[in-house]
Amino acid sequence: MTIKIFVPIDSTAQSLGSNEVAHKIEFEAQKRNLEIDLVRNGSRGLFWIEPLVEVEYNGERIAYGPINEEDISSLFDAKFFEGGKHDKYLGKTDEIAWLKNQERLTFARVGITDPLSLKDYIDHEGFVGLKKAINMEAQQIVNEVKDSGLRGRGGAAFPTGIKWQTVLDTESTQKYIVCNADEGDSGTYSDRMTMENDPFMLIEGMIIAGLAVNADHGYIYLRSEYPHAQDVLNKAIKIATENNYLGQNILNSNKNFTLEVTRAAGAYICGEETSLLESLEGKRGLVRYKPPLPAIEGLFGKPTVVNNVVSLATIPIIMSKGAKYYADFGVGRSKGTLPIQLAGNLKQTGLIEKAFGITLRELLYDFGGGSATGKKIKAVQVGGPLGAFIAEENFDIELDYEAYSKLNAVVGHGGIVAFDEDVNMAEMARYSFEFCAIESCGKCTPCRIGSTRGMEVIDKIVARDEQPKNVALLENLCDTMVNGSLCAMGGMTPFPVMSALKYFPNDFGVESKPSET
Amino acid sequence: MDKIKIQQHIQKYKDVPGGLLPLMHAIQDDLGFIPEESYPLISHAMSLSVAEIHGFVSFYHHFRTKKAGKNIIQVCRAESCQAMNSKSIETYLKDKLGIDYHEMTDDQKFSLEPVYCLGNCACSPSIMINDDVFGRVDKEKIDKLIEDIK
Repeated sequence: MTIKIFVPIDSTAQSLGSNEVAHKIEFEAQKRNLEIDLVRNGSRGLFWIEPLVEVEYNGERIAYGPINEEDISSLFDAKFFEGGKHDKYLGKTDEIAWLKNQERLTFARVGITDPLSLKDYIDHEGFVGLKKAINMEAQQIVNEVKDSGLRGRGGAAFPTGIKWQTVLDTESTQKYIVCNADEGDSGTYSDRMTMENDPFMLIEGMIIAGLAVNADHGYIYLRSEYPHAQDVLNKAIKIATENNYLGQNILNSNKNFTLEVTRAAGAYICGEETSLLESLEGKRGLVRYKPPLPAIEGLFGKPTVVNNVVSLATIPIIMSKGAKYYADFGVGRSKGTLPIQLAGNLKQTGLIEKAFGITLRELLYDFGGGSATGKKIKAVQVGGPLGAFIAEENFDIELDYEAYSKLNAVVGHGGIVAFDEDVNMAEMARYSFEFCAIESCGKCTPCRIGSTRGMEVIDKIVARDEQPKNVALLENLCDTMVNGSLCAMGGMTPFPVMSALKYFPNDFGVESKPSET
Repeated sequence: MDKIKIQQHIQKYKDVPGGLLPLMHAIQDDLGFIPEESYPLISHAMSLSVAEIHGFVSFYHHFRTKKAGKNIIQVCRAESCQAMNSKSIETYLKDKLGIDYHEMTDDQKFSLEPVYCLGNCACSPSIMINDDVFGRVDKEKIDKLIEDIK
């Protein structure tokens, strides 16, 4: 019987040497005259034990990790291909607590299948949602998405179904589906994992979106920092087209949908939907005034659905299992699950898909295992560079859009970056302004000028130069940015800044907490 | 400047909606940078002013108008990597290569660029060399990576 061995091809696994591990396994098997079937699967998202090598034995997957080239020879000696014991033996993959304690809906297939195997995709419930949707009226599909309670997973949390309804209701001979794959927030990688490890799921979601609003062409606007994802997506689009899932008369339904990938060019602001559309049109990524909404006048002036990768990739399971199934997960108005990404200074980093309602403390300690350096976790930035820093006193608040909003914080795209006690929060606040100055599109004054003035004011506060006056000035500046900026770039940069000052005034050399803003 | 190559790229993209973005990628992928001398050619073919083209290229961090080193090293400066002491990686690389960000070594082998997130945040600190990402880098790993290229 052929031995089946899995070595992830995800780019984080590659960044830890999974390609070298795969080559060495092939080499060693050849040397020992063993016939193996080496599958380059996606990553399960347990990055502290990547490269995670799995074998299929007696119909079950057994895990070994983290594996480096030096382990291969001894793995073969230990007969790992028959589930043999070894220092790196982790037992049955499905029994690993980190995986077992998740609710994987969107990420159900990720790490299990070969990303570019259409057969794997179909064998694991792929295209079930599309086949249902193709026989439904557009309005029925939109209703299903509305009923699921799905909200934009890119960060803005706008109800996806309502956006789709607006596009469906707008008369036009040409409409577009645009996938926002410009995942620029530090600490986030769930879009990258989706595209690299389960590209057909995103494609399926985009086709369904097309059916729902009567759009026949889609773009995936992909950040230039993700060359591997670009390669995978282009291959997957080609395979899907050859098999009549994309193109003309898809699955003999008289419906058409074509798809292409556009590579972005390293501007964080192009993750903002109107800036993204300008960029797709071949212009500088300057943010547009709203209204008109992109759903009414979007790409090339046509009604356009702009959704994040994870939002679109969640559509297939909503369609296949039904809106109610999805909506039964979560709390309050935060329905369903969120792919959470643990990053920064943590022992166990990786992807966790959980229903809304989990606390930061559970994530940091039960899943994350505490800080990597073994020191106290001082602050956690949730939701990317525009998200607030959370101090320990708030680690027990449930992760849910509304609860975080009350804290002047955001759940955002679900990225969680932990810092140990060596971090200086005044430096982090200054960096938030610096990042805003580097990445601002420059269209509105509060963001363009405010970011640079903000750095200067923080420098003065830290230097104890007229401190009370400058703290008041910083609060005033942040207020102007929040209320006067055109988009979230300038409008949310004050979140990390003010949270740093509020919870960690000592790092600024400020004696007492400033007034509430 | 390779006028023929540039013209070929222009022909391919001049009538594509939003074609300026893929056109600039094609030119930079081919030549390693976007020569400013190409602006009048693009301007003529796509009915854009030279100022618009300059504005476009200068807006995006990815595009450059000067020759770069044979290998481009991008160092992540974003929060997750900062939490894992990426500052020491930045300093080490700058000292080792003897260049600052946006500069090229004298032997033209390396360019150094800052980047804000490589999506490899589970294994910070990270760097990218050409199209390959390397996670959990430290000084020894960097020495080896650079030695392998040399």
